[in-house]
Amino acid sequence: MEKALKKWFPVFVLPTFAAFIIGFIWPFIQGLYLSLCRFTTVKNAKFVGLENYIKAITDSTFGDSFWFTVSFAVVSTIVINVLAFSVALALTRNIRGTNVFRTVFFMPNLIGGIVLGYIWQILFNCVLSSLGEPLLSLNTTAGYWGLIILMAWQQVGYMMIIYVAGLQNVPPELVEAAEIDGANPLQTLFKVKLPMVMPSITICLFLTITNSFKLFDQNLALTAGEPAHATEMLALNIYNTFYARSGPQWKGIGQAKAVIFFVLVVCIALSQLRATRSKEVQQ
Amino acid sequence: MRDKRGSGLGWTIFFSVICALYMYPIVMVVLNSLKQERFISTSTSFDLPTAETFAGMENYIKAIQSNGFLESLFYSLFITISSVALILLCCSMCAWYITRVNNWISKMVYMLCAFSMVVPFQMVMFTLSQTADKLDLNTPFNICIIYLGFGAGLAVFMFSGFMKSIPIEIEEAAMIDGCSPLQTYFKVVFPILKPTMISVGVLETMWVWNDYLLPTLVLDIKKYRTIPMLIQYFRGSYGRVEMGPMMACIVLTVLPVIVIYLLGQKHIIKGVLAGAVKG
Repeated sequence: MEKALKKWFPVFVLPTFAAFIIGFIWPFIQGLYLSLCRFTTVKNAKFVGLENYIKAITDSTFGDSFWFTVSFAVVSTIVINVLAFSVALALTRNIRGTNVFRTVFFMPNLIGGIVLGYIWQILFNCVLSSLGEPLLSLNTTAGYWGLIILMAWQQVGYMMIIYVAGLQNVPPELVEAAEIDGANPLQTLFKVKLPMVMPSITICLFLTITNSFKLFDQNLALTAGEPAHATEMLALNIYNTFYARSGPQWKGIGQAKAVIFFVLVVCIALSQLRATRSKEVQQ
Repeated sequence: MRDKRGSGLGWTIFFSVICALYMYPIVMVVLNSLKQERFISTSTSFDLPTAETFAGMENYIKAIQSNGFLESLFYSLFITISSVALILLCCSMCAWYITRVNNWISKMVYMLCAFSMVVPFQMVMFTLSQTADKLDLNTPFNICIIYLGFGAGLAVFMFSGFMKSIPIEIEEAAMIDGCSPLQTYFKVVFPILKPTMISVGVLETMWVWNDYLLPTLVLDIKKYRTIPMLIQYFRGSYGRVEMGPMMACIVLTVLPVIVIYLLGQKHIIKGVLAGAVKG
C-alpha cells in the first residue's frame, strides 16, 4: 500500500505543504535573515550584522516589557492553575449542576481576546471610577492586575476541563485504599491524586505559560500598553516596534526582538515540559 | 461520607453564585446595549436600564445599519468557513500520507508542523504580510490559503496523532479491492476521521473567528474588516466613539457564539480536550 500511495504525493501533501511554505517556512527563514538587516520593506534590506540585536537588547522598553511579561506569566500561571485545579476538585465530587457549572466556566474561551479586553476595560473603568482611582489608561497597577483577572477569567474554564478529565481517570480504588490506610483528605490529595494527574498538570502549565508569554489581543484591547508603555508585554512591544515607530532602523530591531522572543518561548516551553514530564508517574 | 447530601447542596449554591458572577461581564454589556446613548458612561456601567434610560432596540438597529457591520460579519463568516474547510480537507489528507508513507519527506513535514506550533506569530508577522501582498493573497476570498499554511501545524499534528491508532488493514483491504488512494481516502479514512474532524474543526474555528492580528496585517483595513478588526478599529479611531451601537455590536458578535456553544458544547469541550491532550 505504501508504494501505491507514494506517488500520490502531489495530491495529498503538496497543497498543504505549499501553503505551509507560504504561510510559515518562507516567512520564518526570511524573518531570520531580516533580523540581520536594516529595512523598511523586504526589497530594500541591507545587511548590517548583529547591530539590530545589540539595539534590541539595549532598548529599555524591551527590557521593561520582558520583566513585565515574566512577572505576569508567573503570577497568572499560578493563579489560573490553582483556581482551575480547585474548581476541578470540587466539580468531580457528586454535586448537582456540575455540567451547568462546567459549561459556564468554559464559555469565556470562545470569545475573542479583543472583545474580552474591551468588555473588561468597561468593567474595570467603572469599578475604578467608583473607587475614585485613576482609570486604566493612567494606572499601571490596575492594568497589571486587570490583565491577570482577565486571563484567569478566560482560562480557568479551559484548564479546569483538562484537570477534570485527569481527575476522572484516577482509579477510585487508589483513593479508597489511601483512605483505608488512614490518609486524611489533604494527604490523599497531595500523595495520591496530584501525582496521578501530573500529565494534566504538564499540559496545563505548558498552555498557561506559553499563552501568557504570547499574549497580545487582550493586552492590546485592555490597556494598549498604557500608561506610557508600562503595561506593554513582549508581543505588543514587538508589534509597536514594527508599526508604531517611525525611522528606518525600527523594523530591523523589531525583527531582532521577534527572534529573541521566539528563542525565549521555545526555551521556556521545552524546559517546562522536561521539568514536569520527569515528575509524571507510570499508570 | 456521612453528610454528603448536605455538603453537596452547599456546594451547588456556592457554585451557582460564582457562575452568576462569572457571567456578569457579558450580562453587563447586554444591559448597557439597551440604554440610550447619552446614559452610557464610565461610571454608570453597572446601573440597570430604567424606564428613563431604556432605549429598546435602537442601538441594535443603528449598529446593523452603520459601521459596515453586516459586511464585516460576512467577511468573518466567509473567512472562517473557507479556512476551516480547507484546513480540514487538506491537512487530513496530508496527515494520512505522512503516517502511511514512511520516508524522509513525511518525517520532515511532521517535524516542521510540530515545530511551527511553538513559534509565536510575531516572529513571522511582518514577512508573512509582505509575502501575502506579493502573492496577492490579501483579500478575504483567498486569505484561507494563509490560514491553511499557518494553521497546518496543529491540524496535521492532531490528525496524524489520531491516524496512528486506526488499523491499517481496513485501508489495505480497500486498496486490494481496487480502490485508488483517493477513493480509499474518501470512502474509508474520511468517515473514520469524523470525531477528530470535529475536534480540529472546533479548535481552528475558535482561532480563525477570533483572530485579530493576522487579518489586520494581511487584509487592507480600509476595504475589508473582520469583526475583531471592526471593534478594534472603531475604538482606536479618533473622535467620540458611539458607545450604544458599539455595545450592541459586541452583543451581536458574542451571542451567536454562545448559542452555538450551548447547542454543541459536548463536541466543543471534547474537541478542546482532545486537542490539549495531543498537543
